[in-house]
Amino acid sequence: MSQADQLLDPTGRVEPVNQAIAGGRSLWDDARARLFHNKAAVASMWVLGVLVVIAIIGPMVWVHDYRAISGARAIAPTFENMHILGTDLQGRDLMARLMIGLRISLMVGVVATAVSLVIGVTWGATAGYLGGRVDNFMMRIVDVLYALPFIFFVILLLTVFERNIFLIFAAIGAIEWLTMARIVRGQTLAIKGKEFIEAARAAGVSRRAIILRHILPNVIGPVAVYVTLTIPVVILAESFLSFLGLGVNEPLTSLGVLISDGAARMEEKPWMLLAPAGTMAVTLLCLNFIGDGLRDALDPKDR
Amino acid sequence: MSTLQRALSRIPWGYTARRLLIAIPTMLAIITMAFLMMRAAPGGPFDGERKLPAATEKAIAAKFGFDKPLHEQYFDYVGGVLQGDFGPSYKTLGKSVNDLIADGLPISLAIGSLAMILGITLGTLLGVFAGLRQNSSADYGVMGLAMFGISIPTFVTGPILILIFALGAGIFAVGGLGTYPNIGMSWHNMTLPVITLALPQIAIISRLMRASIIETMRSNHIRTARSKGLSERQVIARHALPAALLPLISYAGPAMARVMTGSVVIEKVFGLPGLGSYFVNGALNRDYTLVMGAIIVYAGLIVILNLVADILYAVLDPKVKYD
Repeated sequence: MSQADQLLDPTGRVEPVNQAIAGGRSLWDDARARLFHNKAAVASMWVLGVLVVIAIIGPMVWVHDYRAISGARAIAPTFENMHILGTDLQGRDLMARLMIGLRISLMVGVVATAVSLVIGVTWGATAGYLGGRVDNFMMRIVDVLYALPFIFFVILLLTVFERNIFLIFAAIGAIEWLTMARIVRGQTLAIKGKEFIEAARAAGVSRRAIILRHILPNVIGPVAVYVTLTIPVVILAESFLSFLGLGVNEPLTSLGVLISDGAARMEEKPWMLLAPAGTMAVTLLCLNFIGDGLRDALDPKDR
Repeated sequence: MSTLQRALSRIPWGYTARRLLIAIPTMLAIITMAFLMMRAAPGGPFDGERKLPAATEKAIAAKFGFDKPLHEQYFDYVGGVLQGDFGPSYKTLGKSVNDLIADGLPISLAIGSLAMILGITLGTLLGVFAGLRQNSSADYGVMGLAMFGISIPTFVTGPILILIFALGAGIFAVGGLGTYPNIGMSWHNMTLPVITLALPQIAIISRLMRASIIETMRSNHIRTARSKGLSERQVIARHALPAALLPLISYAGPAMARVMTGSVVIEKVFGLPGLGSYFVNGALNRDYTLVMGAIIVYAGLIVILNLVADILYAVLDPKVKYD
């Protein structure tokens, strides 16, 4: 603080005042403050962060390989040989399999959500911006698709064609884009009427640039909320397919595959179910808490 | 004018007719997509380990119409479906797909509708209870439980419930529909599947209802009701609840679809021979006609239920105008 400022403001509050003049707290600053005030959301972010780190580097540093078969079949958790979560029926270390399974499940969650994000945002923003007949037609298609039992088509797709992980990404992503498209369209319609869009159009900015540079940045809030809430839904969808025997191929695994294997033998070997089921529940709880926190932070009217 | 007459007069007939008209191309699109997908798949339903003699292969092709051009097969199939005939099952000898659907559908419908009733009742009660005590410890407790409900998959809760109530306490059946000669649906073998399927719905609906009742309690008509001097009880029962229940109706359509897809997993967990397990087995066995039949039935149900939910919404919400 310079001496001149001191003279102007003897209370020493120049900085906040200057900040207020420079534009003050933005919507995003407010939202961030509210989000970090939400204890459940903050705790969830930490836990999820730890889980992500474990999923990324865990399989690389762990003493066992997730594919390595051994003679120690279906043993209960023990510190002997570092099988801290026991082994499965082929004698593979369950901690190693849990970490790789978590990695695959998180990956499916993120990639499939990204697929739905790209399709949904493009579709919704285009329909909302162009409006009129095009909008009507595009949203009618969404309505029709909404009524389809998509998961049955995914099951069909995965049974009649050779399964691979990319097909799973694409198939799940293709289901989830519909709600995204509706949200983005609604936001776009609301923003389209604002003056700054009018100004951009008057300045001769192309339609494409208006959508990309002016409309999309303004729909990020609701989209971010929906994205965090879609990831757990997608992880659940993948586990649903895994449970039906349509998930990732051996020796790769996912939380859904591990849970499904464990559920089949929970009576005599409960540890095979408890670890993956617990991990899945914690992951989904964290994602849901973060999503809820984000929604409350960006749209605080229900608080 | 009676209440019923008033309700009938509020049905948007034009809208209903238009929606029914859209349902026709929707169903056709579903049939076409499923048909093409099955035909595009590598390998046929009768490819076995052993190569069949050419004459046998020809006879099979002729029996199921594989020797005809693709478009003829398609029109034959659609023609059959329009007359309510889904054709013979490729894998279950001597049974038509109609027979199999007639066997499986009642079980799936029973589980699904009971789970929906349970989900709506408990979900509404819990949501309203929590919403009226916003930010209290009771509210946080219910919402925390609901968070668990939406985060834990049914194929985890199902086995856990079996472990506790069937294998442990011995109150309910582990799975299946009982042993001969007492085969059939009963509270003994249906309670656990219904509860398992209902749990996520209870969680979702209670979250929905909580938000809805909170918003309703702040609206103007509630302030008016209060200022008239009504008791808080009357305000909630007569004015808040009817308004707060509206979002539930628009959720009911998609929820039914969720419940029906969810029942595929439930049927596997509990070993129930419903339509869902027929569908999955059919897909794994390449029993094309069975898979097509199941998809068409599911899609038809979802289209109809969505329409019913939308019409109900129009009848009940005085603000909605469709035409």
